Amino acid sequence: MRPDNTTNHEVGLPISEVIKTASKKQEQRRWLLLSPALILLLLAASGPLLIVLVYSFLTPGDYSGVIWELSLDGWIQVIWQRDIFTGSIALSDAHLRILLRSIKLSFLTTILTLIMGFPTAYFIATRSKKRRSLWLFLITIPFWTNLLIRTFAIMEVVRNEGILNALLLALNVIDQPIQILYTDFAILAGMLYVFLPLMVLPIYSSMERFDFNLVEAGYDLYATRWRTMRRIILPIIRPGIVAGSILVFVPSLGAYVTPRILGGGKSMMLGNLIELQFGQGNNWPLGASLSFFLLALTMIFLLLYVRLTSKSAKSHV
Amino acid sequence: MKQQRSEIAIRIEDITKIYGEGRGKVIALQDVSIDIPENEFFTLLGPSGCGKTTLLRLIAGFEHPTKGKIHLYGKDITAYPPYKRKVNTVFQNYALFPHMTVAENIAFGLEMLGKPKKETDETVNEMLTLVKMEDLKNRQISQISGGQQQRVALARALAPKPRVLLLDEPLSALDQKLRKEMQIELKRLQSETGITFVFVTHDQEEALTMSNRIAVLNSGKVLQIGTPREIYKQPSERFVADFIGETNFLKAEILGCANGVASLTLPSGKTVETNVQKGFSPEGTVNIVIRPEHATVVEDPAESLLQGRLINAVYFGTDMRYHIELESGETFTVRIQNNPDDKTSTQFLGTEVCIGLHKNAVQILKD
Repeated sequence: MRPDNTTNHEVGLPISEVIKTASKKQEQRRWLLLSPALILLLLAASGPLLIVLVYSFLTPGDYSGVIWELSLDGWIQVIWQRDIFTGSIALSDAHLRILLRSIKLSFLTTILTLIMGFPTAYFIATRSKKRRSLWLFLITIPFWTNLLIRTFAIMEVVRNEGILNALLLALNVIDQPIQILYTDFAILAGMLYVFLPLMVLPIYSSMERFDFNLVEAGYDLYATRWRTMRRIILPIIRPGIVAGSILVFVPSLGAYVTPRILGGGKSMMLGNLIELQFGQGNNWPLGASLSFFLLALTMIFLLLYVRLTSKSAKSHV
Repeated sequence: MKQQRSEIAIRIEDITKIYGEGRGKVIALQDVSIDIPENEFFTLLGPSGCGKTTLLRLIAGFEHPTKGKIHLYGKDITAYPPYKRKVNTVFQNYALFPHMTVAENIAFGLEMLGKPKKETDETVNEMLTLVKMEDLKNRQISQISGGQQQRVALARALAPKPRVLLLDEPLSALDQKLRKEMQIELKRLQSETGITFVFVTHDQEEALTMSNRIAVLNSGKVLQIGTPREIYKQPSERFVADFIGETNFLKAEILGCANGVASLTLPSGKTVETNVQKGFSPEGTVNIVIRPEHATVVEDPAESLLQGRLINAVYFGTDMRYHIELESGETFTVRIQNNPDDKTSTQFLGTEVCIGLHKNAVQILKD
């Protein structure tokens, strides 16, 4: 922007020029408003990410940290392992299993929270205004308690001597405690519990704006309940479903606390594997590579998902 | 007789609708029975909360009656869900699908009925022509104006060729000029398609100008059913007379009633004769109504039927309204059409004037 602009338009510039100047000023002001967030992002996200990226190409140090020596071992070890004696490379069963478990559990969590969250959101959105805020309040109550405490509470419920097993034993449904804790099932249950509100809230917010007259219009025009749902309700509240799915899937894939406590050391997910490399594993380059691998994985799934949902929405119409 | 019965499009039989229970219960409709013949423009008229929209929703199937039956061309459809009834609705807020184009909205009902693609396309084009929206076929709903949305809503509801079209105050969101246009448009569509229209409105003028017949509702009950002329000229109850048009209410004494003609004494002591409906023989003190335009100011005291003092004269462009305080203390309005060389009448304010009545100006109410 030219410094003499303000004086210029007072002497009478063509109107298009004045508008351009004004909008330029406005744009500048917008950037100014954005700057605190941008600075924070640069310092707290992009900077550390860059460091992690650099570390992933270095050699692990003897006890911790890295030696500044270029090596691709970190990246190779994401899914391959080098035999200690022969030096030959083979696919790493342990890593692949963890990878697959992470993807499987994240998918299941997303789908199950969607199946449970959609009717919940529908229910809340169709209540009276006063009732709605009460239900929303109830949905957010779990957020008031620390995640760690909530997860330990689940542990207390599902462990062998826990409430659930005790109840089943007392009712003679089983004669031996079922091993639930430290299984994939326990992780899934924990993640469902943690992430359900993140699915309900965005779906609710797009459903709240939904005009339920449209449902009547659908019925009136010979659409059955199911077809009204598929052709009218779902396409219109799709943004809420997409947002909810992303909000659940992305943190699920990198979940750490829940699998750590409910899966123990047995059932690990990617987040735990990464933590292991920076802790006991003493392999920072591998941890860094895994972190970037997780990032890439998340992005690929997101892209696929957005592509898929927008396409199917178009073919519906 | 038998042939006439088969032409009844909608038969509403003894319908009662109650919302809620116990002390909180609301009676929306009570013992309502209406027959609507085929190819009629039928209007449900009444103030808000009178039950007219509830009745429409019962016909559409969005609500179910507490008691009574609804027949569509002789078939009992009371228990049918909306998507199995061959009736379509034009909603008050249009309820167009925002994620579809104009053409897709119109095609929706046809698609749901499983019509072949080619037939659907043809009907959609036909409907677009009918409502003069051919050029906006591929627009999104958010890209068209309120009046255009109204047309799309009509086309969408007409496209599946319903046996009855239900219209829930469809013109209430439009401005005055557009509303007048759409009134004519709706009339045209009704006669062109030959579909029975059931039209809900609280606007008495709209009802009078558009309908073949009108049912006036209040507090969940049907007060009177008749042609616009009958409703206006022979209101049976005080509410109907008051709700439709301007009216003067007076009390009168019946002297006698024979051969469909009643003679009665007006508050002024003068006697007039007037026609009464068949089978109605009023007696004693009755309520009567006189429309302002059925009265006039006369100069000859011999022709005078009511007298009073002129307290106000209001110029309305097409006519003058004279407010006259009668000897009995009531205010009586007389409406006289203006002519090209009318003069101000304010000079007569405060003077005594004589009121004459046209033949059959007096209508006797049943309540």
